[in-house]
Amino acid sequence: MTIAGDGQGAAAIALRGTDVEEVALGADRYTVYLRELLERTIAANRAADSSLLVQLRTAAIAIAQELAWPSTRDEAWRFTNLASMMAFEFGPTGAIAADLLSSADRDAIALAECPAARLVFVNGNFCEILSDLSAVPVGVTVERLATADLSEAAFGAHLGKVQNGSEPFAALNTAAIADGAVVRVARGAIIETPIHLLFLAVPGPTPVLIQPRVLVVAEEGSACTLIEDYAVAQNSWCQGSGSAATEPYFTNGVTEIAIADNARISHSRTQREAANAFHIGKTAVFQGRDSYYGLTTISTGAAIARHNLDITQGGPGTETRLQGLTVAAGTQVADLHSDLNLQHPHGVADQLHKCIAAGRGRTVFNGRVLVGQQAQHTDAAQLNRNLLLSSQARVDTKPQLEIIADDVKCTHGATVSQLEDDEIFYLRSRGLDSTSARRLLLDGFGGEILAQLPAASLRHQLARCLACELEF
Amino acid sequence: MIVENAATILSIQNLSAEVDGQPILKGFNLEIKAGEIHAIMGRNGSGKSTLSKVLAGHPAYAVTSGKVLFQGQDLLELEAEERARSGLFLAFQYPVEIPGVSNVDFMRAAYNARRKHQGLEELDAFDFEEVIQEKLAVVQMDPSFLTRSVNQGFSGGEKKRNDILQMALLDPVLGILDETDSGLDIDALRVVANGVNQLSHEGNAMLAITHYQRLLDYIVPDYVHVMRDGRLIKTGGKELALELEAKGYDWVDELEPAAVGV
Repeated sequence: MTIAGDGQGAAAIALRGTDVEEVALGADRYTVYLRELLERTIAANRAADSSLLVQLRTAAIAIAQELAWPSTRDEAWRFTNLASMMAFEFGPTGAIAADLLSSADRDAIALAECPAARLVFVNGNFCEILSDLSAVPVGVTVERLATADLSEAAFGAHLGKVQNGSEPFAALNTAAIADGAVVRVARGAIIETPIHLLFLAVPGPTPVLIQPRVLVVAEEGSACTLIEDYAVAQNSWCQGSGSAATEPYFTNGVTEIAIADNARISHSRTQREAANAFHIGKTAVFQGRDSYYGLTTISTGAAIARHNLDITQGGPGTETRLQGLTVAAGTQVADLHSDLNLQHPHGVADQLHKCIAAGRGRTVFNGRVLVGQQAQHTDAAQLNRNLLLSSQARVDTKPQLEIIADDVKCTHGATVSQLEDDEIFYLRSRGLDSTSARRLLLDGFGGEILAQLPAASLRHQLARCLACELEF
Repeated sequence: MIVENAATILSIQNLSAEVDGQPILKGFNLEIKAGEIHAIMGRNGSGKSTLSKVLAGHPAYAVTSGKVLFQGQDLLELEAEERARSGLFLAFQYPVEIPGVSNVDFMRAAYNARRKHQGLEELDAFDFEEVIQEKLAVVQMDPSFLTRSVNQGFSGGEKKRNDILQMALLDPVLGILDETDSGLDIDALRVVANGVNQLSHEGNAMLAITHYQRLLDYIVPDYVHVMRDGRLIKTGGKELALELEAKGYDWVDELEPAAVGV
């Protein structure tokens, strides 16, 4: 049985045929914009560092030069229009003035669950003042890419290899690769303390491109929890209203995760960028035989947010569990594109993605699960649940299950609903005012995903974010 | 029980109401005193459930004329949540499922809203646990229901028990049971009715709205009223329910609306 697409890809192609001249002109503008952005942002990273980084950059520059800034004519970007970003000349980031950061910030960002196993990057640059690696457990190494061993025996075998597609944003990131966070969990090591990777943005007077990079390698039989957080540096830790004096910034991150046979990674990725920021992130995961990968994503910030999630089950008996919550209020657009590639027997894949669209916000879910010919006895489930909180909010959802194997158990679905008047009345009839009733219902909707975050302190921070975003 | 010189809890005077522009209640009168159990019976479409929704303050129902006093206070001026906090409780015909909201969190929020209104201290999760555990016995409910989502995946009987559990918790001045018996098997009906009986006392009153006489074998009313076309047409004691059961509603169709309402 094959359930593929919805025919809209074909429609997009037909449109190109009827509109050749305009597309040609438009494509030119898109190509020029990407090329200029590339030229502005790679210049700062021409340090004399390891030959691998030079190789990766050279290859990525070559790829990026062949590509254009996406338009809504690209199938992958049909629902998310990035044209508004082209109004900004994003430049490279400079070092942050030391007096902007203090020990008070350090206390504010520390998570109680892992107070001293933390790497912090500010606007893409390693920040020693905020980082704390004094209590990283034995069995795991957490370090900077710039100073890490990039030989083939160490990180070299994986860097730039888990993610190997030719799409513009990953290429843009790799074209300027110089630093980042690298984590290695040693063979058989079971790490209880979560590893905290924090990418802080401090918006400034000019628009900047911030390009975080993460590589995680879990060796055979190891287990580790990873907390990856993208946030704007603000007192409240909420995206809130943002400061009017600062220019938008653009975070373009790439995270690669290589999980060896029988290893387990539990991962959370939270995005709470500034209200006027842009966030595009790629998470690429390769799973070995009998491995486990669990990911919880929460996205509340940014004017436009896009998460591209690519997971390959590279061996039999592999388990993947994904849960996500996306919130778009005001005029926000938040998009998750996930792609699960199952090519081996006895795989398990479970995805639950929830979206809340309020105000004139828009959420997009495009989740593809490919169950290949060899992936017999796959057990795959995918569900996208959407909550529309206003008449002007919009949800686009495209669960997409493509099955070639013939002996599998697969389900997928999507629901779109509103807060029901009957639910609100039931709660009010028990003494809750309408604001509390709405809050309880929204907490209920989002709480199922928030509860999966590996650290309670992070859970509370994100619950607050959600509350202020939805104006509880 | 009928108590001498008991205070009036609810006084409904010439109440008319409509939904979507359609008049449903047409000059309804009823007076309920402390300690009393009243039953309203009637055919489907006679306006019974509309009455319960209007009293609870459902926003879809518009009162067009008349007055309702609840413990001397103008009930119709209050929002639904204020009515609940003041001690009015509606057990729903169809209790609503609320996915993702834990039953115990929901009940604590409701309990604390009522406590706050009464000028009492709100309880934290720990102290509330003690209170709720004690109430579970009223409806013989398993504690595992507390951690589940509100009514989600509950059977019909479990939903009704959950509603009565909330009633036990909130200790209302007036409990309105809207067709609480419909769809229940006999065991569930016994449990629910037994719960209501335990909660009934001199200081409060119950109003049971039902289509069937069966409920009244277990919750014995002091007064039975028959409703037709938006108003009461006959009032009697508990024997009226038996008479209705024997003769059917056709019998009361012949009656003219009388000056009823006790």
